[in-house]
Amino acid sequence: MKLKYFAWVRERVGKAEETVEPPAEVRTVADLIGWLTARDDAYAYAFEKPTVIRAAIDHAHVKQDAAIIGAREIAFFPPMTGG
Amino acid sequence: MTVTATIRIQEADFDVAQEIATLSKGRTDVGAVVSFSGICRGSEQGEPIAALTLEHYPGMAEAEITRHADEALARWPLQGLTIIHRFGRIAPGENIVLVVTASAHRRAAFEAAEFLMDYLKTNAPFWKREESARGTNWIEARDHDDAAAARWTKS
Repeated sequence: MKLKYFAWVRERVGKAEETVEPPAEVRTVADLIGWLTARDDAYAYAFEKPTVIRAAIDHAHVKQDAAIIGAREIAFFPPMTGG
Repeated sequence: MTVTATIRIQEADFDVAQEIATLSKGRTDVGAVVSFSGICRGSEQGEPIAALTLEHYPGMAEAEITRHADEALARWPLQGLTIIHRFGRIAPGENIVLVVTASAHRRAAFEAAEFLMDYLKTNAPFWKREESARGTNWIEARDHDDAAAARWTKS
């Protein structure tokens, strides 16, 4: 699946997007955040306050308990400040 | 008649008067047009800023705004709807966002425009970064914007 990062999440992770293949036990958005956090310090910094992080699966907002099975693109970003 | 919203996500500026005129020109069924323009302020939290840079999520921005436009069209009897949101670097005094609603009567036009702006603020995937003498900083989301959006949710 493709991961995308925006705003300060992108800056902290150090990349705008990447393709990952998490193991089968990573079932939800929250699991994915935990799996990424364990990878290295950049992710740990980006996700240091996981409750602040918003997520979208295939261009639709989701809560962190959402299942990621079948997702093509998952995005992580801070609360939105448009308008 | 089925009303289709015009939605544009663009870097270029837009002409507010022209967008308003487009919704009512040559029509006799439109009795009210409401427009909201969001404009870049020259200060943020009391500090002068040089510019805002808006980052967005291409694809999702269009999808999310379309979802809310469709909801507005379902909830209010609108005759026309235009939503434009800019991205990129925007200087103080320049346009950021435009919502124009057209209806037979004013209440639907006012309410739909306010509903759409409240949702754009909290749900459209855009992020503002300010440039000032202190450097660049991401603008933080405000709780009162979440509260403004939540009041449109029927329990």
